[in-house]
Order: sequence, then structure tokens, then C-alpha cells
Amino acid sequence: MARKLLLEHINVPGINTLDVYRQKGGYRAVEKALKTLTPDEVVEEVKKSGLRGRGGAGFPTGMKWSFLAKPEGVARYLVCNADESEPGTFKDRYLMTHIPHALIEGMIVSSFALGAKTSYIYVRGEMMPQIRILEKAIAEAKAAGWLGKNILGSGYDLELYVQPGGGAYICGEETALLESLEGKRGNPRIKPPFPAIAGLYGCPTVVNNVESIAAVVPIINDGGDEYAKIGIGRSTGTKLISASGNLVRPGVYEIELGLPVEEFIYSDEWCGGIANGKRLKATVAGGSSVPVLPANLTLKLANGDPRLMSYESLSEGGFATGTMMGSGGFIAFDEDQCMVRNTWNFSRFYHHESCGQCSPCREGTGWMEKVLHRLEYGHGKMSDIDLLVDVSKKIEGNTICPLGDAAAWPVASAIRHFRDEFEWHVKEPVKSLDTNYGLANYADPIAKAVTTEN
Amino acid sequence: MLKVEEKQPVVFSAALLAKCDEIVKRYPEGKQKSALLPILHEVQAELGWLSASAMDQVADYLDIQDIEVYEVASFYSMYFLKPQGKFVLEVCRTGPCCLVGAEKLMNHIEHKLGVKENEVTADGLFSWRGVECLAACGYGPVLQIGPEYTFYENLNEQKVDELIEDLRKK
Repeated sequence: MARKLLLEHINVPGINTLDVYRQKGGYRAVEKALKTLTPDEVVEEVKKSGLRGRGGAGFPTGMKWSFLAKPEGVARYLVCNADESEPGTFKDRYLMTHIPHALIEGMIVSSFALGAKTSYIYVRGEMMPQIRILEKAIAEAKAAGWLGKNILGSGYDLELYVQPGGGAYICGEETALLESLEGKRGNPRIKPPFPAIAGLYGCPTVVNNVESIAAVVPIINDGGDEYAKIGIGRSTGTKLISASGNLVRPGVYEIELGLPVEEFIYSDEWCGGIANGKRLKATVAGGSSVPVLPANLTLKLANGDPRLMSYESLSEGGFATGTMMGSGGFIAFDEDQCMVRNTWNFSRFYHHESCGQCSPCREGTGWMEKVLHRLEYGHGKMSDIDLLVDVSKKIEGNTICPLGDAAAWPVASAIRHFRDEFEWHVKEPVKSLDTNYGLANYADPIAKAVTTEN
Repeated sequence: MLKVEEKQPVVFSAALLAKCDEIVKRYPEGKQKSALLPILHEVQAELGWLSASAMDQVADYLDIQDIEVYEVASFYSMYFLKPQGKFVLEVCRTGPCCLVGAEKLMNHIEHKLGVKENEVTADGLFSWRGVECLAACGYGPVLQIGPEYTFYENLNEQKVDELIEDLRKK
């Protein structure tokens, strides 16, 4: 069995209550940090752990913390990003529903490390049940003295609040989240200044994903060095993977980074293979924003070696043959799925969610949605395919925030790997309405790359 | 698009105002505008939607301009700027849910309720709409019903029929 750090006690009855969580060793990290460590020592442990931000960007958490400005007399804030909106990702919902104190404990330790006296958990508004769960857990923790004034007699004070969002994917971007928390539209800010210098209310602020903050608990309990022993290379520790789509057992899994992708999909310990005896056609490995890969490149690198669930292995080969870890939203497509239809669906999503500040994204996402719609519904032209590539290139890199890139990559990668299927939609406008292109050669072994020297 | 059509006065209940007072305390002095999103959720839970009068009252309460409330209410997808059915069925229509039948389910709901997306049934009980990813992709198809956003997972046509019948009896 693989090692579990976050979900070890997930099936213990009553683990959502303070009493049971405490019986299972909960809040030890708060005791250890507040009684035996200085804030800087906590930051040092997190640095040593090699923990990388679990929200999608994969930026080292300890390094992010060390950038926080600490001017005298100015409040500092820790804001937890629980906006979880990336299609394919639902791990934070799972963690907050079943083991809310893991997040609260992580928030206390992390706030202590950063010197924040008030911290917020920004939860997407649709997760009202999880907001109620967190509010109840915070009240329990406060009544037991884990929050409030002079926690454990250490002299450290902390208030923790839950803030609901209003339904906007863009608020998962950290500066849009801060705007939203200030009661405004979720328009991302121009950086610099980064939140570490000027964040919430213009004060130095750290924004971290739910899973990153929860991971601080085992890092403090066992030490950063121990955490860094798990995983592979610069992908240390465990990662929550949200598995969805045509799988026998979709759900949330905690894996040790470095697990082969093939094992994750087909082993009975994990997803148990493709549902209904079908074959795998494609995957989106890290949430809808990352490049889609055909089955063969999902399981193997271009050189034929197995692909692993790690930041490095998933991105091996760049965008030509690789993808990204992202937020760990693993979506599997079986042989009956239409890549054109799915790409159109994702494009509609990004068009709907664009905040409208930058014209390449505001206009470009709409164009991509329209062009993909006509390809899917039998009115496409062959030139539309290159038109889509052209539009996606003009969005990518030309916007304030990464939503533009996130909208461009799924389209560009779908055409890169499934161009035959797009062309078939143009050639067979009637047939493609009620028939699917099928598996084609997308699961075939990869032909040895021929490199020519010139 | 926000249309300020009517200006019928609305009255916030004492319980709602007490809730608002509690929410404002979460933020530093002078940063009460941060309470806007949570307060709009509370107002919508009580009144069912956000009329211009209700939004103006929120602006007065927070001591901000009316437009600061309108621009926020019209930006976020959860706030209703038109009256809705008593129960709003919000079905996830994004990729992963579509892989497991969300589109078929939406067609079924449209047929079952006999109203198009964003329309209200004649008895005022139901409206429905497709919404973007609800972060429950592994349990699709899913739908949610406010104001507490109760989740219904792994749905099929039969389960939706039963849900609609149960809601009718409430």
C-alpha cells in the first residue's frame, strides 16, 4: 500500500470532529510549531520538504513564503485558495468535506510561520456545504483554544474566517481571488507588485492552495527532510489526484509522486481501468487547462519509457509530446469520446469564465468557441483548423493572467494530437453528427522518432 | 445584462441584518466592502434573487456606491438578477460531466419540467440551467440546488425524476 499523509485517517468515523481528529494525532503540528519552533524554523522545514504548490503552478511553497515582505507595523495575511474550479479537479472539496481540521491545523501552523494574525479561507460559493463544515470546525477549534488569543500560551493570536466566492473560475487566480475577497469583481491584477509585497488590502499576503496548506501538517510533524524522501526527484511528497471521466473507479486518490501513469489508470488499487470494458483514447492529466494527450503518449514518453505521475515526467517532451501536472485533475476519455466536442466544451468554459479585461482572451476565447462549434456541428471548413491554431497562439502569453494560456493550450494540443479527427469532421459533416471517429491509432505504440542531423 | 426595471422596496428581516452585522466583523476597520459577496448570498437566500432595490439597500448598508454592488452581482454567476423558480436545478455542463451523460440529463430535465433553460415553470416551483464545473467531476453527472447548494451526485434520469417529485412535495 502506498503511503498516505493527508488521507491516512479519511475513513475513520467522526474524523470530521475535533475529538476524533485529535485522537488520531491531530493538532500535534500546532503544538510542535508554537511550543518548540520559531516562525523562521517552520518556513525552513517547508523549504527543506521541497513541497510545490498543489493548486496548479507547482511553485515551491517554502520559497513563496520566504518572499513575503515584513515591514514593521503592517499586517500580513495568509489566504487559502479553496476556489477549486479547474474542470477535472475536486480534491479540495473532498479534503474539506471529510477532514476539515487538516486544513485548519495547516492554516494555524502556516499563519504562525508567516506572522499573520488574521487569515481567510476563500471557498468557492457553490461549496456552501463545505463552508458550513469549515465554519463548524473553526468554532470547535476556537472553543478548544487552538484559535483566538494567546494560543497554547505562546503569545500568538490568530483569527480564521471563511469567505464564500460568487461563482467565477477566474477567482482561482491569486490576484483575482484577492480582488474578490475585497468585495470586487474578480479581475486579476497586473504584477508586479506580487501579493507577497502588496496583496490583500495592499498588505503583504501569501495565497496557498488547500492541499499545500494541509501538507504543512505532516511536514512539521515528521520534518521537511522526511517529507522530501517521499516521491521522485524534485517532485517530493504525496499528491491528491482527482480522477474523473470514463474510469471504473473515479474519485480522489493520494499517490506518492512517481507512480507510473499506467499503474494509476489500470491497477485495482487506483482507478481500476477504463469503464465498461472500453479502451483508453486520451487523457487530460492535470485539469482542463493542460495539454490533452492521446493514450499512447499518456502511458509512455516519446522514447518509450513509462510516463510517471510527477511534475517532471508529465511535462517530459514539452508541449510536443508532454503535458503538465497542473492541479492533478486526471480526466480519462474512452474510445467513444469525440475530441472535437470535448475541445468545444472546454472552449465554451473558458469563454464563459474569461473576466474580459484583456482583449486577446475576451475575444479569442469566443472565436475559438464559435469555430469549434461549427466544426462539431458539421459547418466547418478545413481552414478552420489552422485558424484555431492561429487564434490560440495569439492568446497565449498575451494576457495579464494565465487564463488565456489555459484557454489556448487545450485547443492547440487537441489539434496537435488529434488533427485527423478534426479533418474528419470537415470531410464528413453529416456522418460526424451521430458517429464518432473512434480510437483510430491513438493507442498504437509510438513510432520511433527519426532525427535527422543537418 | 443587468436591467434596473423595478424599484419596489424590499425589507430585510431582523435575522438577515443580524447576520450582516456578524459578517462585517470579519474584516479590518474600513474594509467592510469585503462583506459584499457573503451578504449578497444571504440576501439572495432570503429573497430568492437580487432586485435593484435589494442591491441598493446592500450598498447603503455597506456605505458604498450602488454601482459597486451592481458590478459585482452581475460579474459572478451565482447571483440571480431575475426572479427564479423556488428550486433552481443547476446542472454541471463542463467536460468531465459530459463524458458521463450531463447533456442527456439536461435534455431530460428540459422535457420533464417543460421549460427551457432559465425559464420558470408556470407554478413558480422550478427553473433550471447549465452551469460550469462544480468541482465534483468524479461523481458526475451532478446538480446543485441553492440556497444551501445541496449536491446530488451520480445522477441518471430516474434519480432526477424522483428528486423533482420530492421537491414538489416540500
